[in-house]
Amino acid sequence: MTEPLLTVRGVKTYYGNIIALKGVDLDVHEGEIVTMIGANGAGKSTLMMTIFGAPQAREGRIVYAGTDITRMPTHMIARMRIAQSPEGRRIFPRMTVLENLQMGAAIDEFAHFDEDLNQVFSLFPRLSERAHQRGGTLSGGEQQMLAIARALMSRPKMLLLDEPSLGLAPLVVKQIFDAIRELNRSQGMTVFLVEQNAFHALKLAHRGYVMVNGLITMSGTGKELLASEEVRAAYLEGGAH
Amino acid sequence: MANPVSAAAPSLDYGRIAREALVTGLVATAILGPFIGLITVQNMDHQLILETRWPLLAALIAVIVGVRVFFSLFVWNRAVKIKKVAPARVPFKIERFAAPFFLGLLFCYPIFVLAGLGAGGSIKWIDNFGIQILIYIMLGWGLNIVVGLAGLLDLGYVAFYAVGAYSYALLAKNFGLSFWVLLPLAGILASFWGIILGFPVLRLRGDYLAIVTLAFGEIIRLILINWVDFSNGYAGISGIPRPTLFGIPFNATDKGFAAVFGLEFSPIYRTIFLYYLILALALLTAWVTVRLRHLPIGRAWEALREDEIACRSLGINTTTTKLTAFATGAMFAGFAGSFFAARQGFISPESFTFMESANILAIVVLGGMGSLWGVVIAAVALVGGFELMREMDFLKMVFGQDFDPTQYRTLLFGAAMVAIMLWKPRGLISTREPTAFLKVSKSVSGSHVSEGHG
Repeated sequence: MTEPLLTVRGVKTYYGNIIALKGVDLDVHEGEIVTMIGANGAGKSTLMMTIFGAPQAREGRIVYAGTDITRMPTHMIARMRIAQSPEGRRIFPRMTVLENLQMGAAIDEFAHFDEDLNQVFSLFPRLSERAHQRGGTLSGGEQQMLAIARALMSRPKMLLLDEPSLGLAPLVVKQIFDAIRELNRSQGMTVFLVEQNAFHALKLAHRGYVMVNGLITMSGTGKELLASEEVRAAYLEGGAH
Repeated sequence: MANPVSAAAPSLDYGRIAREALVTGLVATAILGPFIGLITVQNMDHQLILETRWPLLAALIAVIVGVRVFFSLFVWNRAVKIKKVAPARVPFKIERFAAPFFLGLLFCYPIFVLAGLGAGGSIKWIDNFGIQILIYIMLGWGLNIVVGLAGLLDLGYVAFYAVGAYSYALLAKNFGLSFWVLLPLAGILASFWGIILGFPVLRLRGDYLAIVTLAFGEIIRLILINWVDFSNGYAGISGIPRPTLFGIPFNATDKGFAAVFGLEFSPIYRTIFLYYLILALALLTAWVTVRLRHLPIGRAWEALREDEIACRSLGINTTTTKLTAFATGAMFAGFAGSFFAARQGFISPESFTFMESANILAIVVLGGMGSLWGVVIAAVALVGGFELMREMDFLKMVFGQDFDPTQYRTLLFGAAMVAIMLWKPRGLISTREPTAFLKVSKSVSGSHVSEGHG
């Protein structure tokens, strides 16, 4: 097997004196969709942010494409072609959709903006209808699409998505997950997805991890985890939506 | 104008460039013709006779047209990275006509005043209203970069104004350097201090940033007061050399402006010169701001104002972004400061109190953060309004001889502030002009890629 694109080894992250990640190991291979599921406060988003260097891991190592990025500042990590759709979307509300997308292409000083614009517009046609609208006036689903599209504008090798389904209607969730699957299938995009919506996430992902209280308790293929009794009991209670 | 310019290969529209050059030439002829082309001189019998200076006029017009063509070919053409398009999208807009009208008004203002009031009566109107307002417009535009674009609340902006003023005053007096050398130098020194302020406040935002910048402004002022050997303390610096027009001073000597151009000496020439100087500096500030908004750094500033965390995760170095915002804003304050020193001939720490910072910030906030037009309107209203109060002598007939309208300045100022915050909480002009537009072909659908671009 080839080297994983992203390797996380023994990562411990603290908020002050409170430990949030208690030693996390994780691999993401090129071309994979990997998901991390877990309850509120399990440390999923913390892991995501630790990979991006804010906060930095106090112990452990994070290696991306052969480079140790554990101590890199966030913007340098982003320049290594890891893109992130952060928790809470964090689009620029007073800037238009187009300007938001432009900022996604900031690391190359907007060099390939025009070509890539067509791509994200065909992935999310809704955004092209809203191109001149201010980001803050979009609906929640459109904002999420914009956050993902903005991340894609930097031509990433790997896409980190933090709860893209949060607060969205089931139909919109499906649209967004379809788009992620399409990205992975047609462009071979590596995706690391943090989700509470365990059913959809595990169905989409090739492999999955389960996080409880800052530790990874289970891992396996999406199908295995979907079938597992513990996962069903803890995260799929009430059945699949 | 309606042609979509491709980003990959900006095509040159020579016809348009020629047309624009022609218009520029005509405007230059119309404006300069009477003032440069014609001149009245006294002959031996003390009679006024009209003389012409066509070669000088032609040379000046040629220079102006040349500069225009140069800019069309090499500067404006290249800077347009993201195309302006979709003529149907922007219907009738008052801004389109407001800018040329406003510019024309500014250029002609001293001429109108001079024609209306004569040389003696017009100094006050050009100086107190024209120059004073333009200084504040320039300061407002400079602070707008820091506060309006980058979203960094700066309560000590006047410190950079002071740095610029003292740089010019001290270097000009002690080393005899000319205004034109010291103007850029003052800008560089001020932006250097902008970076010095920027470093410790990199991690701060909002209220905390405001407090530190406030303290910084006070530190600079207190240093200027207490370091008497350096800045002469409260007494200030007087006898600051005045700027010259390419080496021609504005004084009554044989080598002065009036003598060289065969005019009768009058202080009005210097005032008019200073007016056009600050007008040019202010327009430079506006031009740079407008340009920067379309460049990566300006876009990064705006994104920083919106969401710092998102900026970092998009690979934007927020440290350099903040520092450049502080440095650029400070630079324009430095320019304005050295102009201020050169205009006054005397500076003291009194001119750089917190009240000044507050005024400039009020101009930016009342005008609408990020809006160049808003700053203009607010500066005219606040500064011009205050100057107008001095002129309202007729109120004395109503309220008695002891009435001094200027004493009510702060009261009215506060009332205006409250009123605007009630009715226009985001400032007078709160709309933000987007900097990116779709090409017409793109807005149809993302799947139509056969349009021949990209």
